[in-house]
Amino acid sequence: MTWEAVIGLEVHVQLRSGRKLFCGDRVVFGDPPNTHVCPVCLGLPGALPVLDRQAVDLALRAALALGCTVPRTSTWARKNYFYPDLPKGYQITQFEHPMGIGGRVDFDSDGGAKSLRIRRIHVEEDAGKSLHARRPGRTGIDLNRAGAPLVEIVTEPDLRSPGDARAFLQSLKRDLAYLDVSDCNMEQGGLRVDANVSVRRAGSAVLEAKVEIKNVNSFSYIEKALTQEIARQIESREAGSAVRAETRVWDDRRRELRTMRSKEESSDYRYFPEPDLPPLAFGPEELAAVRATLPELSRARRRRFVSEFGVSTYAAGVLTRTRAWADYFEALALDVAPGEAANWIMGPISAIVGEGGGSEAAIRVPPHRLAELIALVESAAISRSAGRTVLEAMAAEGVSAPEVVRREGLGQVADRQVLEGWIDTILNEDEGAVARYRAGEEQVLGHFMGRIMTLSAGRAHPTEVRRLLQEKLREG
Amino acid sequence: MKSRGGRPWLAARDQIRASEAGPESLNAFLALAEDGDMPDSVPDGPLSGVPVAVKDNLVTAGLPTTCASRLLEGYQSPFEATAVRRLRAAGAVVIGKTNMDEFGMGSSNEHSAFGPALNPVDRNRVPGGSSGGSAAAVAAGYVPIALGSDTGGSVRQPAAFCGVVGVKPTYGRVSRYGLVAFASSLDQVGALGRTVYDAARLLQAVSGHDPRDATSSTRPVPDLRAAASRGVGGLVVGIPDEYLRDGLDPAVRRCVDEGVEALHDAGAEIRQVSLPHTRFAVPCYQVLAAAEASSNLARFDGVRYGRRSGGDGDLGDLYEVTRTEGFGREVKRRIVLGTFVLSAGYQDRYYSQAQRVRALISADFGRAFNDGVHALFTPTTPTPAFRLGERLGNPVQMYLSDVYTVHANLSGIPAMSVPIGTVDGLPVGGQIMAPWWGEETLVSIGATLEARLGEGAG
Repeated sequence: MTWEAVIGLEVHVQLRSGRKLFCGDRVVFGDPPNTHVCPVCLGLPGALPVLDRQAVDLALRAALALGCTVPRTSTWARKNYFYPDLPKGYQITQFEHPMGIGGRVDFDSDGGAKSLRIRRIHVEEDAGKSLHARRPGRTGIDLNRAGAPLVEIVTEPDLRSPGDARAFLQSLKRDLAYLDVSDCNMEQGGLRVDANVSVRRAGSAVLEAKVEIKNVNSFSYIEKALTQEIARQIESREAGSAVRAETRVWDDRRRELRTMRSKEESSDYRYFPEPDLPPLAFGPEELAAVRATLPELSRARRRRFVSEFGVSTYAAGVLTRTRAWADYFEALALDVAPGEAANWIMGPISAIVGEGGGSEAAIRVPPHRLAELIALVESAAISRSAGRTVLEAMAAEGVSAPEVVRREGLGQVADRQVLEGWIDTILNEDEGAVARYRAGEEQVLGHFMGRIMTLSAGRAHPTEVRRLLQEKLREG
Repeated sequence: MKSRGGRPWLAARDQIRASEAGPESLNAFLALAEDGDMPDSVPDGPLSGVPVAVKDNLVTAGLPTTCASRLLEGYQSPFEATAVRRLRAAGAVVIGKTNMDEFGMGSSNEHSAFGPALNPVDRNRVPGGSSGGSAAAVAAGYVPIALGSDTGGSVRQPAAFCGVVGVKPTYGRVSRYGLVAFASSLDQVGALGRTVYDAARLLQAVSGHDPRDATSSTRPVPDLRAAASRGVGGLVVGIPDEYLRDGLDPAVRRCVDEGVEALHDAGAEIRQVSLPHTRFAVPCYQVLAAAEASSNLARFDGVRYGRRSGGDGDLGDLYEVTRTEGFGREVKRRIVLGTFVLSAGYQDRYYSQAQRVRALISADFGRAFNDGVHALFTPTTPTPAFRLGERLGNPVQMYLSDVYTVHANLSGIPAMSVPIGTVDGLPVGGQIMAPWWGEETLVSIGATLEARLGEGAG
């Protein structure tokens, strides 16, 4: 008997407006507790929320990019529940009329191209944090995060494997960054995922009781948690017992799920329209204007890099991990052969600035300057290894390649006399190795090459050195 | 600059303090300004030097804000309500915070945690509510003007009971920032005054857009003071029959008839109109106001401010004991009701149904005003002020005090109560309702009634 998993996701993403959704307070991670608060986000008597339109504009980009329909008006609602880190006793969110409905996202997973329907996307405020560890026996409340702007993205239960769930989340995270909607910083809680999962007999259309998985804070743990949970449910079903609808939380230390509450204890949030906020309205012109500013997303770009520039699928994947990276590649590819451009970015550049990140460091070496450096290497004016040294200086100081070459005297040396001088020095130092070479141990040649390159501070023309070296060793 | 002759507002405060300490105390104030709370001089403005009383659900800098609740006893707000800030900018001096029904929930002031304010006309009777302290303070001559708030009649009903003028503006006319919310979609800051002119100039001073309240309107504020001398010639005043039926005290009815006659004599055209959904308003209001209140009052949980009791190591206990001890009976009754009507399985039958009724009530007004009626005239309350304790045991009876006033809140239109006579020495109020943003019409009609029926009239 084969089983099929049915997985849907709810993803909370912090919008990168930098300000709380209903007051002007800054959203800063890691500052001392309760240093970014005001009457509004503290829920003081008499305070009222005023919407930060910038956050909504970011959410709108996400909604359109996920292919959602954005209704002319959407409304705010109160979700009522008591918790100490929820200052007003309700969360302002969207319920009946969210700002985006019915989208679709295509993504690539190990299993090939996949498609996932988006049920809805809405804007809401975050809660604060309860700090349990700081003072024994007491719980502290930090409201710095209270009111931070979030979008919640709810998918249809279209995913069929933990790997697909992970692949979708990675693709989503990449695209939200492409869109400048969110930093998606998982360590800081900027992207949080809940998953709903059930299993059914393969081919069945029945929706079984679903288990909600909460509190998983990395993509690999989500994959792990889903795998565990699916196995548990299959085991239970094969033993002939039903799966109970419940909420299970991920225990980071034990790396396993445990029951938090059964659905019978679940809360009634008593949603109703938020009377303090007028509905959100979007005109067709506004939607068209925002749509026109949406960038090409990672998947489309990855495919285009393969088809248009002929780089490998792997390279295209690396180059499109961030929008800054992909932009950099495209700019570089204007002046440099795409294969060479890809190699430089994935090799020397990423060694300096760190893979995928470092847009700031990349700005210190703008594409046209890197192109200049590559031209110097290709014309053999400097060696490939000197090229790396030059690049480091360029990144550190923001200077051009010719400047560094001139200053450091790194121009490549092909002058026979000079090269022979260096070769003689090295060979004389190590006659044993010379003897070994002559005895047939040809790999010693690489050893000599390295010594000579070091001696010449990387300036020796490698092809020329190799030719002269072989000549000399044959002579003797 | 009005500092010549020292600080006259100190003398006004002293007089109130003396009177409230004496045998004729009205318990109208929950806090009086100390010398240090009052300015040495005031800016030149339309209310320069005028002492004003502020209902205790508007947060004030310097003076505590309790909403007449044990839960907020001693609470000091770090910021000030926009309406109060505008008062001060207009030159007014805040002299104290007035008694009220706890969180605005009540029609008699008997639901104050600090004892009821009394009606200065007859201390055995209620001043009305929930802005009873403000109405009593104006009627007693303590202050010429006072701020209140009106969720279902809480300015107009006490104004009628105490024989003063009370106006609830159009929803969105005055900022709610700093008004402790009872039912956010119904609450408006309102003005009470000895005269229509006083109430008009107070309302004028606090009106206008406030970026801190997303429901406040950007419409320009008309010159309400000028409207007081405009008369009613050419105005069509509608008399809705539904407001003159069962439950209306015949003596009050006679006062209303005199009001109608006075308007007619002053040049208004009188027209019978029908507002067919009128009788559904009180239950509709009770459901919606309770629903919003159950959510608005959730923040009083003992975690961040105000009273905290219980909860040694147990969160549920902290909430339960804090709220059980901190809230009075009426507040708890409404929280329970509001929680129920929003609950899964009941929401559509109660809350959503009430929203549909609300739309019908608004549509009634829309139709009447579209048919060429400039304003409506009705009684403010079915009876004059009742005796202390008379309705405490019967909440439904109490809620019927609002039977003519909740409609304006449900639809958002402005309304005013003006004294139109007395019954056995007790004041009777007539209510004027105007189309959205029609406060000028209220003032013109109110001033006309005042001139023809008020104490000084012939």
